[in-house]
Amino acid sequence: MYEGVVQNLIDELGLLPGVGPKSAQRIAFHLLSADPADVKRLAHVLLEVKERVRFCRVCGNVAAEEECRICRDTRRDPHVICVVEESKDVVAIEKTREFRGRYHVLGGAISPIEGVGPDDLRIRELMARLADGQVTELILATDPNLEGEATATYLARLVKPMGLKVTRLASGLPVGGDLEYADEVTLGRAFEGRRLLDV
Amino acid sequence: MHVAHLSLTDFRSYSSVELALEPGVTAFVGPNGQGKTNLVEALAYVATLGSFRVATDAPLVRQGASRAIVRAAVVRDDRRALVELEINPGRANRARLNRSPVPRPRDILGLLRTVLFSPEDLALVKGDPADRRRFLDDLLVARAPRFAGVRADYDRVLKQRGALLRSAVQTRHGRRQGPRRQEAEAGFAAAGAGDALSTLEVWDAHLARHGAELLAARLELVAALRPLVAKAYALLAPASAPAGMEYRHTLSTAVDGLPPAPGDGPAAPPVTEPATPLPGRSELEEALRASLLEVRQAELERGVTLVGPHRDDLLLRLGELPARGYASHGESWSFALALRLGAYDLLRAEGGDPVLILDDVFAELDARRRRSLADIVAPAEQVLITAAVPEDVPAQLAGARFDVAEGSVTRVR
Ligand SMILES: Nc1ncnc2c1ncn2[C@@H]1O[C@H](COP(=O)(O)OP(=O)(O)OP(=O)(O)O)[C@@H](O)[C@H]1O
Ligand SMILES: [Mg+2]
Ligand SMILES: [Zn+2]
Repeated sequence: MYEGVVQNLIDELGLLPGVGPKSAQRIAFHLLSADPADVKRLAHVLLEVKERVRFCRVCGNVAAEEECRICRDTRRDPHVICVVEESKDVVAIEKTREFRGRYHVLGGAISPIEGVGPDDLRIRELMARLADGQVTELILATDPNLEGEATATYLARLVKPMGLKVTRLASGLPVGGDLEYADEVTLGRAFEGRRLLDV
Repeated sequence: MHVAHLSLTDFRSYSSVELALEPGVTAFVGPNGQGKTNLVEALAYVATLGSFRVATDAPLVRQGASRAIVRAAVVRDDRRALVELEINPGRANRARLNRSPVPRPRDILGLLRTVLFSPEDLALVKGDPADRRRFLDDLLVARAPRFAGVRADYDRVLKQRGALLRSAVQTRHGRRQGPRRQEAEAGFAAAGAGDALSTLEVWDAHLARHGAELLAARLELVAALRPLVAKAYALLAPASAPAGMEYRHTLSTAVDGLPPAPGDGPAAPPVTEPATPLPGRSELEEALRASLLEVRQAELERGVTLVGPHRDDLLLRLGELPARGYASHGESWSFALALRLGAYDLLRAEGGDPVLILDDVFAELDARRRRSLADIVAPAEQVLITAAVPEDVPAQLAGARFDVAEGSVTRVR
């Protein structure tokens, strides 16, 4: 254990995803020996990002304003919604240029181990978007791992009575993976070959 | 196939060792505790990505070292592949094939296939159902490496579903009455009870799907293994009642082609089954789903998944009697060996002689069974034997010999 503030810093860094106690310690000591101006700049962007960036009122994507760039773009097809787990998945799909509809960011996937159930995801917001009948196709692009599949199954069952076309990205994506890490070509193909989800 | 080279760094008792190996028989001889089993354990680890002696990786890393490295050059049909594994306890292991990293260690499964005989095998007959499930699943993976993925998926569904059931139990007991302080508690409180049940059906569907895949494969495996094990047992113990085996599932609904699960006690001798086709995956999936519904109340009370391949067993019989609890020590040993020999036969028939590893088994056998076993294994492409004294290696199996003493391995013949 280190003294007061140093240990506090290590503890805080250790809470970040992918940072174990050893890395936390290394980062902390790096910061301690870094140029004060650099650290100030880092502190500044951290605060700024928290103040300025928010989540789109409509789709949950990160946005600089009330609504994100995609939701404000009137050229995008309002009849199709692509459901993803995280904002970074929106970025990955946008890179493929295969998709011209809108998104809905859930904020994760159902995972009882981590205590995440449907109420913890932006599912109520999704249902509200589907209520007016304008959307005709829902593409479930949650990750191709167990939790992503379970979330997709749950959503497909939930919206079944609404009678929309529900599709799932084609397999070919590396199973057990993260959508974010699928390369553009594979992800693009997965979009083209999406299949009807029958539950 | 055979292993042409084995190299260990900080594995078990070895800080560094290099071994050139040849096809045929190789014996590692030395007093107790000198590191013979450690050598073959490393090879078996490359084949299965797990130790047959310990459930976790930590004991595999040499005391004081932070990771172990196992390298093996595997020759199959004159093609040589270099497999490298870095074992990092508590962190992800890493694997390389011909010096290029592979995405997951799992991707090297199938490159080296081993069948290992060890004194621990007695647990296959005398031990818990988990030992026999592992035997079946390891063999499935050796036959078709994709089953490593199937099993991992199934285990993950079980974990998720288990967490959900437990959270439902917790909510039932007490949390409901109290003020709902959801935000105060991280973890389970986040998924409330109503929530939990609404997703249970989703997990049921996934459990049934992955479970059916595993179950179908195990049933098929048992059917293929049964005659081979019976044959091997008859060779090892000609005077004993015949060896039989039945898969004991946990399904509560009837499925075409699947006999009801056998009970624990003595039973009518299993009728030599007419060749009824085994049930398919979709029938099993349906049956798993239906069986889950039947036990739902009990599951919600106990917070565990009560139906599925993780609760199944392989019932071994000698004649009408179950082997477990009835067979003598010698009979149990013969049965354990017969299971391994059956596995060897099966793998050999399906492409590529697996490497046979016999860890300390001859010392446990009487002269006749020693001879039978030696005769059966002698023709294999590569046989690796460990023994405390040279006399424990049967004469039919004379070959190369390494002496193992105080951490050094020296070729003497
Ligand atoms: N992680 C480790 N670090 C250092 N030494 C270890 C480690 N794990 C095991 N050992 C040592 O290895 C030795 C056991 O080696 P091994 O099991 O290969 O013996 P063996 O030659 O097969 O003996 P036996 O004839 O009794 O079966 C023990 O002395 C043990 O202390
Ligand atoms: Mg030993
Ligand atoms: Zn938006």
